[in-house]
Amino acid sequence: MKQFNEPSPLETRIISFRFGLENSASIDTYLAHDGYKALRKALEMTPDDVINEVKASNLRGRGGAGFPTGLKWSFVPRASEKPKYIVVNADESEPGTCKDRLLIQNDPHQLIEGVLLGAIAVGAKKGWIYIRGEYNYLIAIMDKAIAEAYKSGFLGKNICGSEFEFDLYTHTGAGAYECGEESALLESLEGKRGVPRIRPPFPAISGAFQAPTLLNNVETFCSVPAILRMGGAAYSDLGVPKSGGTRMVCMSGHVNKPGVYEVPLGFPMMKFVNEIGGGIWKGRQLKAIIPGGSSSPLLTAEECDIPMDYDSIAKAGSMLGSGGLMVMDETTDMVKLALRIMRFYQHESCGWCIPCREGTTWLKKMLQRVTDGHGQTRDIDLIGDLAANMLGRTFCPLGDAAAMPTIAIVKKYRNEFEAYVAKNPFAVSDLVSIS
Amino acid sequence: MALVNVTINGVSVQAENGALLIEVAKQNGIEIPAFCYYEGMSLQAACRMCLVEVEKAPKLMAGCTLPVAEGMVVRTESEPVVKARKTTLEFLLSNHPLDCPVCDKGGECELQDMTFKYGVGESRFTEAKQHVPEKQWSPVVFYDAPRCILCYRCVRVCNEGMGVGALGVSNRGVYSEIIPSHGDHLECDECGSCIDICPVGSLTSGTYRYKTRPWEMEHVGTVCTHCSNGCKTTLGVRNNEIVRGNNRDRSGINGEFLCVKGRYAFDFNHHPERLQTPLIRNAAGELEEASWSRALKLVAEKFKALAGPKFGVIGSTRTTNEENFLLQKFARTTLGTANIDHHRSGDVVALVDSLSGKTGQLGTVEDIYTAKAVLVVATDLSQQHPLLANKVRANFRHHKAAVYAVTPGPVREDKIARKFIRAAEGESIAAVEQLREDLTKAGDLVILFGDSIQGDKVRQLVAFGESLGIPVKYVCLVDYANSRGAMDMGVLPDLGPGYHATAPGLNLQQMLEATDLAALWVVGANPLKGGKTLASKGAFVVVQDLFLTETAQRADVVLPAGSAYEKNGTVTNVCGQVQRIKKGIETVGSKADLAIIGLLARGMGVSLGAVDADTIFAEIAATVPGYGQLPMPIILTGGAAQTHPVNGRVPASTVPGNISSSRDTLFTTGSLTRYSKILNEVLEKPGALYS
Repeated sequence: MKQFNEPSPLETRIISFRFGLENSASIDTYLAHDGYKALRKALEMTPDDVINEVKASNLRGRGGAGFPTGLKWSFVPRASEKPKYIVVNADESEPGTCKDRLLIQNDPHQLIEGVLLGAIAVGAKKGWIYIRGEYNYLIAIMDKAIAEAYKSGFLGKNICGSEFEFDLYTHTGAGAYECGEESALLESLEGKRGVPRIRPPFPAISGAFQAPTLLNNVETFCSVPAILRMGGAAYSDLGVPKSGGTRMVCMSGHVNKPGVYEVPLGFPMMKFVNEIGGGIWKGRQLKAIIPGGSSSPLLTAEECDIPMDYDSIAKAGSMLGSGGLMVMDETTDMVKLALRIMRFYQHESCGWCIPCREGTTWLKKMLQRVTDGHGQTRDIDLIGDLAANMLGRTFCPLGDAAAMPTIAIVKKYRNEFEAYVAKNPFAVSDLVSIS
Repeated sequence: MALVNVTINGVSVQAENGALLIEVAKQNGIEIPAFCYYEGMSLQAACRMCLVEVEKAPKLMAGCTLPVAEGMVVRTESEPVVKARKTTLEFLLSNHPLDCPVCDKGGECELQDMTFKYGVGESRFTEAKQHVPEKQWSPVVFYDAPRCILCYRCVRVCNEGMGVGALGVSNRGVYSEIIPSHGDHLECDECGSCIDICPVGSLTSGTYRYKTRPWEMEHVGTVCTHCSNGCKTTLGVRNNEIVRGNNRDRSGINGEFLCVKGRYAFDFNHHPERLQTPLIRNAAGELEEASWSRALKLVAEKFKALAGPKFGVIGSTRTTNEENFLLQKFARTTLGTANIDHHRSGDVVALVDSLSGKTGQLGTVEDIYTAKAVLVVATDLSQQHPLLANKVRANFRHHKAAVYAVTPGPVREDKIARKFIRAAEGESIAAVEQLREDLTKAGDLVILFGDSIQGDKVRQLVAFGESLGIPVKYVCLVDYANSRGAMDMGVLPDLGPGYHATAPGLNLQQMLEATDLAALWVVGANPLKGGKTLASKGAFVVVQDLFLTETAQRADVVLPAGSAYEKNGTVTNVCGQVQRIKKGIETVGSKADLAIIGLLARGMGVSLGAVDADTIFAEIAATVPGYGQLPMPIILTGGAAQTHPVNGRVPASTVPGNISSSRDTLFTTGSLTRYSKILNEVLEKPGALYS
């Protein structure tokens, strides 16, 4: 079975360059291709030097929020008497996102090395890789890699002959999108119900088992070995100012060559779709792009001519998010898209807070009714209004993630909703909206 | 703590740095509405009702988790806030069945109140609501999921407040439900705190549901009559029937805490076997119903004839201070006997003697909540003293108190204890000694001890406490609602009111064993429980009780007495805190013990003066040390005040075997609670929680 898509010559393969090598997941292949070089280098460095290198790289969190990684690492109180922990967020559940899976599948040692670098930076001796339940097959791969690393002296006591020691474990989720949210992930890791925690304190101060915890996405950790090898500044220069390095972008939808491609930050979105992705399939026209997983508001075809970096996409009113780029052609039914997205969030809402629990449910019911042909004109406003009422009022970002795309779709494709309503023979135009 | 300046709705206020905004607002008379926030429990921020506008914050902030900081500017009634509240209520009501007209909570429902105050009157939704059938979790707890707003108060009160953790959440999202410990049913303390704390009508009480509406009841604030902890309870009385017990006004020493007995076991009062007419043993040797006048005349004549040193009197652990005071006074003066005692369940006498010359060393319920350390010796607190156990847990939770337990078996305090030691009852004192090093560093300490610590052991324990070099307070645990009061009032063979020495008489044990007793008068007690017999076969026995107890079955005359819910007076709890009980109902045919004593005296041609609770209490205040200094305004308004009845040597020795606790648990029953239907229905077995 093919483990990844054909690479494109336009890619800049920094963290995916081992993909496609024979036995790429094995430690021998890894060692033959710069493996654990960064670790040996970091063992000669002070923790502050490691953090400074990461800061210089302008690496930003690859999970979705895009928080500067070096800054996050510097928040962990190294002087604390408590043990420090590393947690890898491999609960990759954002619709349209499938990069962490490839990184673990094809190059698990890169992740282990990244974790070790984080451990050196914050003084941790123990870590967990929290893998989503649906990625069951990755656990075997990860466990094998961890066993190899122990055997070769890259995990356990006296790593590479130094004083440094570190133990790494895998831990599976049970299939909840919410557990990709860092505090819910920690609850789940501790064996509790996967609901988010009140923050502050943030995990850097009080995370797993109330101890300072460095929690990052798989891709974030995977980027660090390259940063240490090539130097933070050089890595940063690959991208654009404030968004350093490369990103794994997961292209899916109506393109000819869907797949995960590593491109520098700031890569033009249309060039990415047309040249790397081979353009829209079946010779059709582009209608819209969701740039960063289903939580990010979609961009209409006119809005898509922008570079792919955190700030440019934010300026266009969306987010780079998890890098799940979903392309839709002209035939896409936007009302059904809104329903499909809402079905996901309704299914995944943890139920902790009221606006998200009830908002997603009622939005789903209404969108279902509209697509079933029983919509009223006032439903369109009500859908937009309910989504707006969720936005910014929920306990964790899941509610926002459900609200933002809905608001964007209703706003940008209102005519399609109206068309659905027009098909309802019982539609009444002058129903008084109560509020 | 440092004070910071905060502006709320344009008003500048000062508050402790880091205090929660919702509390700061409340202290300044501004309501920030909330469902999931509950004082004293962990924070949730789940209901989103308390969202407020904070200047410089990018979005609305949850007031229940927001610590105030210098210069914070908050608006709680601005347009975005008002809109957010409305929409939150809209979301809350979207799946709510709106069956207020048949809901038990209707009229005292927080969701109803909030909707009236902040919500909109109509729904914009047309889709079907999510429906789930109602479930019965136990004889006393029902759960109606559609009404539930998932504020998790019940989960927290069970886990944090009760230390039981019998409730959790199942499923996800809109399908989330509260589930009980055993999936489909509850096995827990059955305390009903979850029902009480529920802001909506989702959790309802098996005894109260569908019986009445809140506004149709009279609410009588009195004191629970079961154990010695003296929880304040508000009886919901309708048509001369108690239909509910709770303490939602959070007044009194217990706040809102009540255990299974306090919340449900008032139903003994309406038991069909309740005596409603006097009984006299006829010529055939059977008890037959008689009129009050005939019974009183008979008893008065007999008492007059048999008065003297061969007369025995057994007082009660559940009648009021006034009744016990009058009883011992009547016995010692009119009946001319020193043979008076009651069922003693803790050696308070030895404790007050050991603390001779010292003041302020008897612990109160409040002390248990505030002390830096608590030592529990030889008792299963959560089973026998649920309020005290609750306060220990609250102290641990809120103040990180150091808890130590020295008990014969596993107890719930183990879970929160810094150290716990398993020691057989005879070896408790030696085991306590092992904690010396920890306790000397404790700051201040409250020691609670059970009935196996009596006589010299009490003195040893006090000597141990006094040698620690830190302030130590003591609580001698006793069993019943007025166990402590009976001792304070001098229902003791060698001590009069206030533990003053009197001419010694027979104690309870000796009265039962004596073969030449002429008469035995038992007021609200059951000394023949458990197969015991009265050695004086010819003694004339008079029993005043609610039910035909084992002792009453032996009686020559049985006089139906009123329960604690049927009279006024005062009771003194395990910590010596005096509280007032109030009459809530009447049972036809019964009379309060105080009235019965008065009528008997009149029948004997003796004047006791006015026989009403207030007059007798005035006499107690004038003559019993410690009771004269009680702050009456506090007691009269439903508060509790501690009394120190003695400060000097008490010349009494502890007779082995005369002091023993009944070792009741939350569910095993004494002479009243065995008639409680609901206590007999719950599934739990004593100790089953720990197996």
